[in-house]
Amino acid sequence: MALRQSLLVCTELQKAVFQNCARFLSHFKYYPSKSDPALVNANLGEVRNMNLCQAVNNAMDIAMDKDSTACILGEDVAFGGVFRCTVGLLDKYGKDRVFNTPLCEQGIAGFSIGLATAGATAIAEIQFGDYIFPAFDQIVNEAAKYRYRSGNMFNCGKLTIRAASGAVGHGGLYHSQSPEGYFAHASGLKIVYPRGPIQAKGLLLSCIRDDNPCIFLEPKILYRLSAEEVPVADYTVPLSKAESVRKGKDLTMVGWGTQVHVLLEAADLAQKELGVECEVIDLQTILPWDADTVADSVCKTGRLIVSHEAPLTQGFGAEIVSTIQERCFLNLEAPITRICGWDTPFPHVYEPFYLPTKWRILEAIKKLSHF
Amino acid sequence: MLSLNVRQLSRICSVIPWHAAASSQAHYVTSENDDFRLRQFTEKYLHGRKAVFTEKLEFSCPNELPTIPIYRVTDTKGRIMDSTQDPHLDKETSLRMYHLMVLMNNTDKILYDSQRQGRISFYMTNFGEEACHLGCAASLKEDDLIYAQYRELGVLLWRGFTIEDIVSQCYGNSNDLGKGKQMPVHYGSADLNFVTISSPLATQVPQAVGSAYAFKRANNGRVVICFLGDGSASEGDTHAAFNASSTLKCPIIFFVRNNGYAISTPTSEQYGGDGVAGRGLAYGIRTVRVDGNDVLACYNAVKEARKIASENKPCLIEAMTYRVSHHSTSDDSTAYRSSEEVETWNTVENPLTRFREYLKQNGWWNEAEEVTLAKEYRKRVMKTFLAGEKVKMLHPLELFNDVYKEMPMHIRSQKEQLSQHLKEYGHNYPLDRYEKTPRN
Repeated sequence: MALRQSLLVCTELQKAVFQNCARFLSHFKYYPSKSDPALVNANLGEVRNMNLCQAVNNAMDIAMDKDSTACILGEDVAFGGVFRCTVGLLDKYGKDRVFNTPLCEQGIAGFSIGLATAGATAIAEIQFGDYIFPAFDQIVNEAAKYRYRSGNMFNCGKLTIRAASGAVGHGGLYHSQSPEGYFAHASGLKIVYPRGPIQAKGLLLSCIRDDNPCIFLEPKILYRLSAEEVPVADYTVPLSKAESVRKGKDLTMVGWGTQVHVLLEAADLAQKELGVECEVIDLQTILPWDADTVADSVCKTGRLIVSHEAPLTQGFGAEIVSTIQERCFLNLEAPITRICGWDTPFPHVYEPFYLPTKWRILEAIKKLSHF
Repeated sequence: MLSLNVRQLSRICSVIPWHAAASSQAHYVTSENDDFRLRQFTEKYLHGRKAVFTEKLEFSCPNELPTIPIYRVTDTKGRIMDSTQDPHLDKETSLRMYHLMVLMNNTDKILYDSQRQGRISFYMTNFGEEACHLGCAASLKEDDLIYAQYRELGVLLWRGFTIEDIVSQCYGNSNDLGKGKQMPVHYGSADLNFVTISSPLATQVPQAVGSAYAFKRANNGRVVICFLGDGSASEGDTHAAFNASSTLKCPIIFFVRNNGYAISTPTSEQYGGDGVAGRGLAYGIRTVRVDGNDVLACYNAVKEARKIASENKPCLIEAMTYRVSHHSTSDDSTAYRSSEEVETWNTVENPLTRFREYLKQNGWWNEAEEVTLAKEYRKRVMKTFLAGEKVKMLHPLELFNDVYKEMPMHIRSQKEQLSQHLKEYGHNYPLDRYEKTPRN
């Protein structure tokens, strides 16, 4: 009894600590989305409230159920994963299909390429995006170039690499990075970065079933923080297709992952404080990216802000800026602006000042509106 | 679960002091403690290998341990040393192996010279390592998957790769199975279960393990063999692969060609241990070291390894051989080793000579046949080479194919840009050497 009582005290204490300590407050407000109208039309029926972690788990469950060659592998995935994304899958599909690997990222990537080359579906997990770099050679020199260099005799199209990415409040240098920019230079790869549970499930299923090697970056701060009504059925969200998540006529903003929510909040602020109507686009797929949707929007609004957590210099934003500048030169009424992480490593206690916050974006919207 | 709560509580609320949880274990006596730990170390940490304690402080010293012996079947003169080890290959198989060694030799000579004349851009010969290739290849099954490094031409020839295939790949002409995308000697063949070679060293090693795991799951009886050199064995990927093959119990054979050099780097600068074989046991991999110039030793070793591997136990074979050739056409090996050393390996210790002696002892071969065969192969390779030179390369727009399975918009647009550019500026490019129209 005493134990039970103290347990309750503990839980309350924990709650109080987490709610009152600014360190644990997230830097954004989550904007749940509704199922894509296209998915609703497909009559997917039952929905269940899922956070991003559960949606990813659900996607893998479906993929494993429908494809008996599919394997899930990585560090600590067998007991459910350090983020609980693979919970229950070992029990359901057996230890030869859901298994731990030795602690070695280049091995995980190489092994998974080999699985895929032999015709099996490989769903590999790199525990944090920050630790994907030991596998850089396998991903960039091998996975990305397999089909090309063999004249299409061999390929590793059945490979998907998942990695927890992005800021998390207190991750410091090696639990916060967004590595998409590094991989966007490697033709042959597909890179996907969802903004919430509905997209995560549909995009992950697309990646797993796509005939090209895919890197799927999961914004880890959303694993538990996000929750929305996710269709229970099997559905996919197309790759290389951006989604316009907020309509507006004055200014276009492009982002991906958690940053979409920051942009949405900044758009609300801009509407309220400046009377500016911002269009917000979730790029979803970084490579090959949907330039048409962005260009169409910019031709309409004449202004563009690109925003990502990763550092500014050579971030993927630079690619968007140059492409849109080339395609929308006559429509642009202000310089395209990037609001990104600073060109520093990702710092621990300075995280609130490092991130491209809604206030920095609001400031940019203000400047661009008066340009 | 309960103990976790107790720990949490004691930390956060100080309701129960931390030492209270630990004090419950105080009744342990030393012998019980040893039993528990020895059992744990044996079962959990060492996977059944018996753990023991010692009160003597003694570092295990590598130089005092015997080296792993080099398994051989014949001596330098091709004589069988121990008749129980004779694989009793039939005449047909033996001669086929030998013929392909001679073919490979002649191909190497002609393509090496042609690179020197600037007719192909690059080449790597296989001199001195012929026995490794043919000994291996002959003891594998046809559908066993091969991952190679780049100096394994004989394995491909055994599987049925033709002189035309070799020449087409080296020219990158329109008959090249790889469509002219890679440098010469980067062969591959889906039909022959030989995964396309890539330049980054050792990347194929963990990939081979992954494929082996897929075969294990498919329960299809196939095994994977992965070739690498002594230099590649230093890469992190090799460590990754050895370790994963052991923990995930994959049907794979690692075949290491230890030829003494990685370009100019001698093995004394490559590793400090008992070669590459010395590492196998540390990973829990069944390991053997063989005389890589003894085709019969290689044959026996791979045959046995295949048997073991098919029970999902990975195997490591380190074949001791010598790289008689320069590393590649971009290398002059006289800059870092003596010509006497090379000469001895090329003559007295030559794997072809050794196998030829064995064939002669069986009455299957004579010098006259030798001369005829070499001449015949030289003629065939030369003829194929000259024909290959005349074959055009695929249309330049081929360069955009196969990046992805489907061609994305941005690449399609770049393809169109090049197409337009060539319409106006085409005369500045070597278009006459390429086909006039794209195939797709």
